[in-house]
Amino acid sequence: MIRFEGVQRQYGSVRALAGLDLEINDGELVALLGPSGCGKTTALRILGGFDHPTAGRLLVDGKDITGVPANKRDMGMVFQAYSLFPNMDVRNNVAFGLRIRREDRATRLKHADDLLELVGLVEHADRYPHQLSGGQQQRVAIARALAIEPKVLLLDEPLSALDARVRAQLRVEIRNLQQRLGITTLFVTHDQSEALSMADRVGVMYAGRLEQLDTPENVYRKPATQFVAEFVGAMNRLPGRVGDAGEVQVLGQRLNMLNPEGRGPGAAVDALLRPEAVSVVRDSAGAGEITQRTFLGASVRLEVTLDGGQRVLVEASSHDAGVTVGSRVGLKILAEAVVVADPGTVAAPEAVPAVV
Amino acid sequence: MSAVGGGPGPGLLAGAALIEEIEEAGAPRPPRRGRQRPKAWRVLILVVAFLFYLIPFAAAVKYSLIQPDGSFGFDNYSQIISNSDVRSSLYTSLEISAISAVAVIAVMLPTVVLVRLRLPKLTLMLEGVTILPLVVPPIVIAAGLAHLQGSAPEWLVRLWFNHPLTGLTPTYVVLAMPFTYRALDTGVRAIDLRTLVDASRSLGASWFTTMVRVILPNVETAVLGAVFLTIAICMGEVVLSSIMLYNGVLPVEMIQIGAQSPGISVAISVLGLVFVFLLLFSLSFIAGRRRGSTSVRVI
Repeated sequence: MIRFEGVQRQYGSVRALAGLDLEINDGELVALLGPSGCGKTTALRILGGFDHPTAGRLLVDGKDITGVPANKRDMGMVFQAYSLFPNMDVRNNVAFGLRIRREDRATRLKHADDLLELVGLVEHADRYPHQLSGGQQQRVAIARALAIEPKVLLLDEPLSALDARVRAQLRVEIRNLQQRLGITTLFVTHDQSEALSMADRVGVMYAGRLEQLDTPENVYRKPATQFVAEFVGAMNRLPGRVGDAGEVQVLGQRLNMLNPEGRGPGAAVDALLRPEAVSVVRDSAGAGEITQRTFLGASVRLEVTLDGGQRVLVEASSHDAGVTVGSRVGLKILAEAVVVADPGTVAAPEAVPAVV
Repeated sequence: MSAVGGGPGPGLLAGAALIEEIEEAGAPRPPRRGRQRPKAWRVLILVVAFLFYLIPFAAAVKYSLIQPDGSFGFDNYSQIISNSDVRSSLYTSLEISAISAVAVIAVMLPTVVLVRLRLPKLTLMLEGVTILPLVVPPIVIAAGLAHLQGSAPEWLVRLWFNHPLTGLTPTYVVLAMPFTYRALDTGVRAIDLRTLVDASRSLGASWFTTMVRVILPNVETAVLGAVFLTIAICMGEVVLSSIMLYNGVLPVEMIQIGAQSPGISVAISVLGLVFVFLLLFSLSFIAGRRRGSTSVRVI
C-alpha cells in the first residue's frame, strides 16, 4: 500500500502541493485528475523520487521512503514525452533495468522478449526508437517499466502525445495489462475520459489539494465539491432556492442537496445538473424553446433557452428526441439530489465547456 | 600546424564550424523539395573561399617539398620522422591533448548536465565564466602562471610546473572551455535530457551509469566535437608554452626548427592541417551518419 501523509511541496512562493493525503491499495489503479498546475504531476514525481516534499511523508508498505533516491525506489515509470534511449534498440531499452540489476545477458534478453510479446512488439525488438511510431514507443516504454518488476507503476500522461485512435486503443491495453499483472498504479492525466474509464478510483485535485477520491461513478454522479462537479463532465447551473425542509427548489421541482452546509431556508443557490439529468417534454406552454440540436449518434445534445434567457443543456436518447429547433418544451429534472453552489461562483478555472 | 596561440585564430574558426555541425546534427531537417540547381553566386562564393584556403595550403605543400638541393622530394617529411626532438615533442603534445580531452569531458559534461537539470539559473553565469579564456589575453594568463611559479612553494612548483604535461594540461583545459562548453551545451539541448535521466534513474541506474550509458552516447557528436576542439587547441597553442619555456612541445619545437630549417617546420604545419581536416571530416561523417539514421522513420 502507498500512502501520502500530509505531503507538501513549495516552489518559492508557489505551493504545488498543500498537504496531500492519499492511500493507494495494492493492485489498484488510481488516477489523479485535475487542471494544469493542480499538483498532480508533482505528486507523481515525488512518489517516483524525482522531486522531494517540503513537508510530509511517503510510505510504501509501511516503510518511510521519503528520503530514498529515485534509483532505489523500485518504481517503473512511463513518461508523457517519448523516453526511450535513442542509442539502444527496442530489446536493449527493455532490458536496460535488468542490466543495471546485473542479470546475465541471456536472462535479460529473454525477459525483454517476453515483455515485448506482452505488448505485441516482439517483431520490432531489433528496431531503434526512431523507427517506431508514437504508440509503439509508448508500448515499449511500458514494457521497459514493467521489466524491473516494480512495486508501483507510475504513468505520467503517457497517452497525451498520441492521436485519438491510438490513445483509445492503448487505454484499454494498459488497463488490461495492469489488471492482469495486478500492479499498483498511479496514473496522472488531465483527460477526464481517460481517468474515468481506466481507474479503480479517481482523485480530483485542485490547487494542490485532493478534492475527492472515489470511484469514477461517484466522482461523476456524486461530486463532493463544487469544483469536482464543474470540472468533471458538462454541467448546467440552474437558479434555485433552499426550501424550509432543507431541500432545493429548481424549475418547480424539489431536490435534495448533496452539500447543504451553511445554506439555510430561503437562500438563493445554483443547482448543478448534468445534461443527462434533465429531460425535455414537448409542451406548447413549456418554459423554454429548443435553440440548438446536435446529433451525437447514440444521443442528442439539445440546448434549451428558457424564457428568462437562461440556457440549459439536455442530453436525450436519439429515439425519444423527436423535437426540432424552435419547439416549445418543458424541462423535467431526473436527478433526486444535486450539488449546489453560491450563485455566480465558478470553482473550476478550466471547467470543461458545457457542450462536449 | 595551426598556431592557436591560446586566443582566437584557426581554433576559433574550427570551433564555430564544429558547433554549427553539432547544431545541424541535432536540428530537424526541413523537407527537401527535389534537387535544385545551385545559384551561380553560391558557386562563386564557394570557389573564392576554396581558393582563399587552398592557395596558401598549396604553397605550403610546395615549399615543404623543396629539398636543400632545390629539387622536389620528401626530405623534410622524412626528417620529421628521423628527428628525435620532433618525435618526442609530438608525443608530449599528443599526451597533453589526450589527457586534456578526457579531463575536459569529465569536468564539462557533468557540469552542463547539472546546470541544465538542477541549476538553470546559473546558465548565464556559466556562459560568462566559460568565455573568460577568450577574453583574457593569453599573455595575461602566462604572466599569472609565471607569478605563481615564482611565489608557490617549491614542492608545488616541482609537482606542477616541472613537466609540460602537468604544467600545460590544466591550462589547456581552461583554454578549451569556451569551445567545449558551447559544443556540449548545444548537444545536451538537442536531447530531452530530463526525461532520459528520469527514465534511467527510475530503472535503477546511478548518476554515474546514467551519465555513461545514457547521456554520453546520445551526445556523442557534441562530445567528439569538444574532444577535437581540445586536441586542436593543444596541438597548436604556442604563446603560453613558449612564455613558460616548455620547449618540449610540438608548436615550440616547430618555431625552433623553423628558425634553422623552415622546410621541416612547414612540413609539420602541413601535416598538422591535414590532421585537423581529418578530425573535422570524421566529425562531419559521424554527424551525417546520425542524420541519415534518423531519417528512416517508420510510422
